[in-house]
Parts: sequence; structure tokens; C-alpha cells
Amino acid sequence: MTKNVFVQLLNISKSFDQDEAIIKNLDLDIRQGEFLTLLGPSGCGKTTTLRMIAGFELPTSGKIVIDGEDITTKPPYLRCVNTVFQNYALFPHMNIYDNIAFGLKMKKMTKLEIKNKVNEMLKMVQLEGFENRMPSKLSGGQMQRVAIARAIVNSPKVLLLDEPLGALDLKLRKQMQLELKHLQKILGITFVFVTHDQEEALTMSDRIVVMNNGNIEQTGTPEELYEHPKTKFVANFLGETNILEGEVFKIKADEVLLKLCDEEDIIRIPNHNYKLCDKFMVSVRPERIRIKEKAEEGDVWLQCELKEKIYVGSNIKMVMILKNGKEIIVNEPIGQNFIFSDELKNCFVTWNPNHTIVIKE
Amino acid sequence: MKSNKSSNFITKYLSSISKYLATIMPALLWMVIFFVIPLLFIVVVSFSTRGDVGNIVYKFTLQNYIKLLNPLYINIFFKSILIALYTTVLCLLIGYPFAFIIANSNKKFKPLLLLLIILPFWTNSLVRTYAMIVLLRTEGIINTLLLHFHIINVPLNLMYNNFAVMIGMLYMMFPFMVLPLYTSIEKLDKRILDAASDLGAGPISKFLKITLPLTKGGIVSGSILVFIPTLGLFFVTDLMGGSKVILMSNLIKNQFLTARDWPFGSAISVILILIMISVILFSSRVPGAKGTKEVL
Repeated sequence: MTKNVFVQLLNISKSFDQDEAIIKNLDLDIRQGEFLTLLGPSGCGKTTTLRMIAGFELPTSGKIVIDGEDITTKPPYLRCVNTVFQNYALFPHMNIYDNIAFGLKMKKMTKLEIKNKVNEMLKMVQLEGFENRMPSKLSGGQMQRVAIARAIVNSPKVLLLDEPLGALDLKLRKQMQLELKHLQKILGITFVFVTHDQEEALTMSDRIVVMNNGNIEQTGTPEELYEHPKTKFVANFLGETNILEGEVFKIKADEVLLKLCDEEDIIRIPNHNYKLCDKFMVSVRPERIRIKEKAEEGDVWLQCELKEKIYVGSNIKMVMILKNGKEIIVNEPIGQNFIFSDELKNCFVTWNPNHTIVIKE
Repeated sequence: MKSNKSSNFITKYLSSISKYLATIMPALLWMVIFFVIPLLFIVVVSFSTRGDVGNIVYKFTLQNYIKLLNPLYINIFFKSILIALYTTVLCLLIGYPFAFIIANSNKKFKPLLLLLIILPFWTNSLVRTYAMIVLLRTEGIINTLLLHFHIINVPLNLMYNNFAVMIGMLYMMFPFMVLPLYTSIEKLDKRILDAASDLGAGPISKFLKITLPLTKGGIVSGSILVFIPTLGLFFVTDLMGGSKVILMSNLIKNQFLTARDWPFGSAISVILILIMISVILFSSRVPGAKGTKEVL
């Protein structure tokens, strides 16, 4: 996979009518052949960003470059990108064959070429024999496949996917996620995928762009984002996490001590020119935390008591309460701990300091 | 025991039927009194004879229908259908862009634009026809203006011909075309149009391949809603066409009111009804025109 920048959004802003901007000075580089996901809550501007790449919306200001060509104001039908729409948007008056052939017909290909390509596509998405069916006679998963086939049959430079799996049930969605990922690897086409489902994003993407309020919060590989979120928003949005607030109260050569509740509850973080009384937020993933009865040296130790215990199948979710009244969630594996009585007082949550992630507000 | 059971079942069945009948009875009664009986009356009269003083003599005859085979009447039939057809096509050609613009206009203006289409309907149709006459007649507003600005030297003959009748019909029937069209264009899923552009369809192919086929329902129902009443609007033909234009509609009117030949008028009516029924049956077979049945 080459790391060339293939699609560039340069200082893009977008506002509708006189309203506040939906996208604010957004810069984004998309590399050739990568699976990039725009992730964010609804209303964060991810779909609008996608629609601007597709050409359905014009940016209020800024520039969009694909493969070296400025396409900012080009109408959608002249762009070398194709879209898989939310709810598929298949043409209801055409059968599956004509749906998939539509783009090729617009390119004025010969009938034979079209036939070969469409058949190849039908094979790829495992819908051979469905040529003459109408879209209304298909299941959600089948419509999804047709929508994908209809887009990639045109060999677009970039494939845009606007929450394409949102309408499918969980099992089918998981299956389609893997199929899409597989398809993307075979085809080598750049995929830009929009979703609000963080798990989907983590499963499928080479890189994830987390968006919030029309801004990019953080860009990185799934691992980078999960293990090293830079902002509270990213830490919260990707997976479950515990956010703890503290204040610097002691500075050592290579580390500072954060005080959470009192001087017994201390988190150590690497020193980066922090000053006394600086306020901090740290994030710890629930699966990194364990519950112990007695404090030992080295790790982070916070005193707590049990509030609630929830069985979730693969593990047990323990809701603990710290001395300052804050809740901290722990995911304990099942069947290995002795302290899982319903009454737990004066115990400790503990984790390796390497798993403490310092974040900014 | 068994027979008791089955008789029980029958009583239950009958009681449910009678309940069912009771609920639809008012509508049924209405339809019988105001629709079925008059219609049967027309059919019966069409096979009867005209008495000497214009009364109806109930003596079976096919004479009224045989009379219709006269080329004079056949001509009138064809002309009526042709004028209704032209009116429908004109309505469609003007109405489609109209409906398209309204459906795609700013949300704020949509109700206003629709209101402007419907507003004339709140005026008596006879009055509206007279308004058209004021516009079109020899000393009318259009001719006066054109003469005044020396665009023409002799007043145009805008009244009392087929053209005038068509204009009158067009004016009368226009909203019946625009409203179903508007509904079907409005209902169009914008994402499907986006998908077409995305797949490389320019504005023209998008319209021809997607918009037009997907609004077929509106086109068919609008066309029927215009075509069928146009066949029957006798006062427009009378007022705008004068005595020069005779169509089925005012032919019927004349038979009933002027010639007092009810049997012959009834026979023409029966034929007109048959034409309308066949148009509706035919249009319901147009593929993809699902909306038609809803409108009708």
C-alpha cells in the first residue's frame, strides 16, 4: 500500500443558509488505497464531509483535491468517485441488472462490456441469478450488496460509504463488515466510510478520523486512537473508559504525582514540564483495571467500594465508587477472582501506570 | 348434536353478515339512490323511444344507437376525444415543469405556490369561463393590447373555435394535472436522484431515466383527471366555442334540454360512459403507474 496522499480536503468550511458552520476549517489527507473511517456522533459533520467529496454539497470555502485534480466545484456526475448510500437508494423501477449497469450505461459502454462487468460484479457480491429481480423483492443484506456492486462496478478512484450497514441487523452487519474489508483489500480502492458505530470503525479501518462538532478531534490507526486518545471526547467515544480528574501536587525528576481525592490516592504520570497545581484528566480503560484486596508497590492503587455488579457474558462489569464519590468501571474476567462477593468495602482498584492515558479537555 | 352445532355456526355467520351490512348500509343506500338507479334509468331510456311531445315511451328500440353511426356523430365523437387529448397533453406539458418547480422550491414558498394553483377553484367555474372570454374575445384585453402596441392590425380570432375551447378546458382542468404531479414529484426520494448523479447521470439523463419513470403514477392519474372531465364539460364548449363547436358534452346537453330527445341523449351518455370506463381500465394497466388507483 502506497502512502501517497490521494484525496485532500484543504481548509474546508460548510454552513447551510445563515446558520452556524457545520464544518469548520477542516483539513484531511486520505491516502491511496486505505480504508478511512469518519467516526462521530450524529450531527458532527461526517456525512456532510462525505457529501462534499461526492459533490452533493459545495463547501462554503476551501478546496477538495482528488488525485491531483481540484474537483471542488465539479458536479457529482463528473467526479470519479461513487457512493454507497444509507438505505441503499436503489432505483426502484429497475431490476438488479439495470441497477448495476446504470453507471456503465451512462459511460456509454458497449452492451457486451456492460454484460461482462455486471456479471463479474454479481459473482463478486454473490448475487448470481438475481439479475431480473426488482429491488423491492430483496432482503436488506441483498440490497446492500447490490448497492455496493452498483458503485464499485464503475471502478471509482474513491468509494464513499455513508453508514451503509446501519439498517442491517447485528449479525448481518458483522458479516458485511468483514466482507467489505475483504473487498477493499482485493480491489485496492480507497474507501471512505462514515459511521457512528465505534466498534465498526475499529474493526474495519486502516485509519479513523474522529469528528465532533465539525472539527477533527484526532486521526490515527484504530490502535493509536484506542490506546492513546488525545482528548476526552475520543477516549469516551471509542470504547468504554474511566475519566479521572486530578491535580499535580508533587513533582519529581521524571514523573509528577496527581492527587485525586487525598494524598493516599495518587496517580503517577511522566513529567512534561508540568507545574504544581496543574489540573489533569486521565483515562483508564475498564479492562486494564483489576480489583485487589491489598495495596502493593509499583502500580496505581485507589481505594474504593463496590456499588454494582453486572454480568455481561464475557466478563463481569464492576461499578466501583472512589473515595471522592466518582464511579470507576472495571471489567473483570469471569471465574478467577475470589472477591466477588456482593459486599466489597475497603478494597482497591489497580492498574499498570503504562495504561494511564493523560488527555486534555 | 352435530346439526345443532352447524346451525349455531350459521346463526353466528348470519349475525356477523348483518352487522357488516348494517355498517355499510348508509353508503350502500346512498350509492343505490344517487348512482345505480339514475345510471340504470339512463340505460333503460337509451333503449326507449321519444314520444311526439318529447316524452319517453318505454318501447324497446335500438334506433338511438343506430342513429349514432351517422358519420356526423362519429365525427363529433372523434373530435371530442381529440380535443380532450390535446387538452390533456397541453396540461401535462405545462403542468409538469410547474409541478417540478413547486416541488423543488423553497419550503417557505411551497404552500403559497400551491395556494395560487388552487385559489381560482374557489371561484365559480362559470365566472372563470367568462373571465377567459373577457380576455380572448375580439374586443377583449389581449386583442386591445396587441392592437394598441401595433403588433397586429386586425384583431385575432381567439374565440369561438377549437382553440378557444381548448384554452378554456386547459384553464379549467390545470390544477387537476398539477396536484397529482406535484405529489408524485414531491414524494421522489432525493437520495435516488443523488445516486443517479453519483453514477454519472447528467441533469437530462437523470430526468429521463429516473425522475420521469418514477413519476409515471402522477402523470397517468393527472392525465385521467384531466381527460375524463374534459369530455363532459359542456359549458366551456358552449361558452368558448359558441354554436360552431359541437362536442359530445354539449350534444348531450342539447338533446336533453333543447331537442328534448331524452332517449337519444341517453344513448350518447351511455357511449360516453363506456369511453371513460375503457380509458380508466386501460390506464390502470400502465406498468409502474401505481399511484393511479389511489387518485381515482
